[in-house]
Amino acid sequence: MRALCMLLLWPLLLAAQTPAPRSGLEFASADVRALQADDFANPGMLWVARGEKLWNTPAGRSATSCAGCHREAPVSMKGVAARYPRFDREAGAVLNLEARIKRCRESRQQAEALPHESEDLLALTAYVAHQSRGQSLVPAKDVASVAARERGREQYFRRQGQMNLACMHCHDRLAGRKLLSDTISEGHGNGYPAYRLEWQALGSLQRRLRACFTGVRAEAPAFGAPELIELELYLVQRAGPLRVETPAVRR
Amino acid sequence: MLARIQVPAQAKRGEIITIRIAIQHPMETGYRPDHFGRRIPRNVIHTLVVRFAGAEVFRADMGSGVSANPFLQFHVRAEAGGEFTFDWVDDTGAKGSERATLNVV
Amino acid sequence: MMLMIPRRRFLLACTALAAAPLISRAQGDPRRQALLREITGGPLPSAGRVLVDTPPLADNGHSVPLRVVIDSPMTAAERVRRITILAERNPRPIVASYVLGPLCARAEISTRIRLADIQEVIAVAEFSDGSWWMGGTRVIVTELACLEDG
Repeated sequence: MRALCMLLLWPLLLAAQTPAPRSGLEFASADVRALQADDFANPGMLWVARGEKLWNTPAGRSATSCAGCHREAPVSMKGVAARYPRFDREAGAVLNLEARIKRCRESRQQAEALPHESEDLLALTAYVAHQSRGQSLVPAKDVASVAARERGREQYFRRQGQMNLACMHCHDRLAGRKLLSDTISEGHGNGYPAYRLEWQALGSLQRRLRACFTGVRAEAPAFGAPELIELELYLVQRAGPLRVETPAVRR
Repeated sequence: MLARIQVPAQAKRGEIITIRIAIQHPMETGYRPDHFGRRIPRNVIHTLVVRFAGAEVFRADMGSGVSANPFLQFHVRAEAGGEFTFDWVDDTGAKGSERATLNVV
Repeated sequence: MMLMIPRRRFLLACTALAAAPLISRAQGDPRRQALLREITGGPLPSAGRVLVDTPPLADNGHSVPLRVVIDSPMTAAERVRRITILAERNPRPIVASYVLGPLCARAEISTRIRLADIQEVIAVAEFSDGSWWMGGTRVIVTELACLEDG
């Protein structure tokens, strides 16, 4: 009888063993949380404001603004960032939000390419992602994304660099523990682009990921490299129902 | 220079209102090296002046000890309706300005 | 009589008093004296009436939230004219100075500052009667484990 009970309860026990993912916000200090909660004091909102201006400014040979095609971002862009990265048919590749915006800029607006981590690309990405604030992340289901995500998952669990550490070693096994005065978070990307006090600026998730590569003394892939997109894809699935917080504030 | 200003659109006569300012600026300290090891020259917003109906209300003289993307908050008594102007300048001579109108009822 | 003092001002006076010993102990420090005289143009400020509100443990020295609240009614006759922030262990110790015009209704400012090290952050206030007052608070700046440049 006891064995039968155990058998019936087993799925419940399993569920209890996989705790819900916790946003980096939960690992942040009260000061950082207060800064993120205040939409005026949050310095990331300066990039969102800049992005809004850019959204409405015609650019390139097309002399068209983002708004020229997509109209009101709060309507047309709502929930969009939560679904990236995903496969883009025209590009024939999996794109993250930055890459999607870059593409639109170059092929539709026929404007000069926005370099990775440039203020304008960060501003537009932050503005678009901000329209999804509060929406749960949605992992892409298309075939190409699923295959790429599997490579990202494999990378997440693979030891790398001179320190011979996988992402998993810190962000699964040691989340919540201390590394000097830092609290190790679960490593979710739901707040990016985010304002980091360390950077004194807004930066992309790829910038943060590259810093982790450097941290374990591995060679960081270039911005936009497939390895980073694949990792981003896996991180979205791993973050499960967490909600977009852009622009988050982190230490 | 992009900035955000927060002034309530409307206040009662005599009411104390909160004014908040945030400006996108690196506030370069002059101590940071670039990727080639050269010092990035100091560049901070050194002066910010807030005026109401032309008269100075608040002035900030700032140095490299003020955080990047400077934020300021102070309190003003709403005596009459009018326009607040915000003007600032950095070490390169770049200027920025914003304005906000207050209605007093 | 006690009830006549607004609660806010009473609390301020209490906190400023509590912080006074820390300030006055270090007032004999010649470097601090020189910096204070640079700010005031001569006299040494008295300890008190100035509350410096920061987190005791700052997450990052790049951005430490700071609020200065001074015990003053801010009437036309009796008010604070200027507030100066001093961080002695910064490469440039005078962080910022704020001039409060006649419309300023509270002797209070909030901002975010950089701190190069663990130190006492001091605010010096010039009153309309020509007196100078100061207060301070100790801030511990913590270091990050994971830095972008490794």
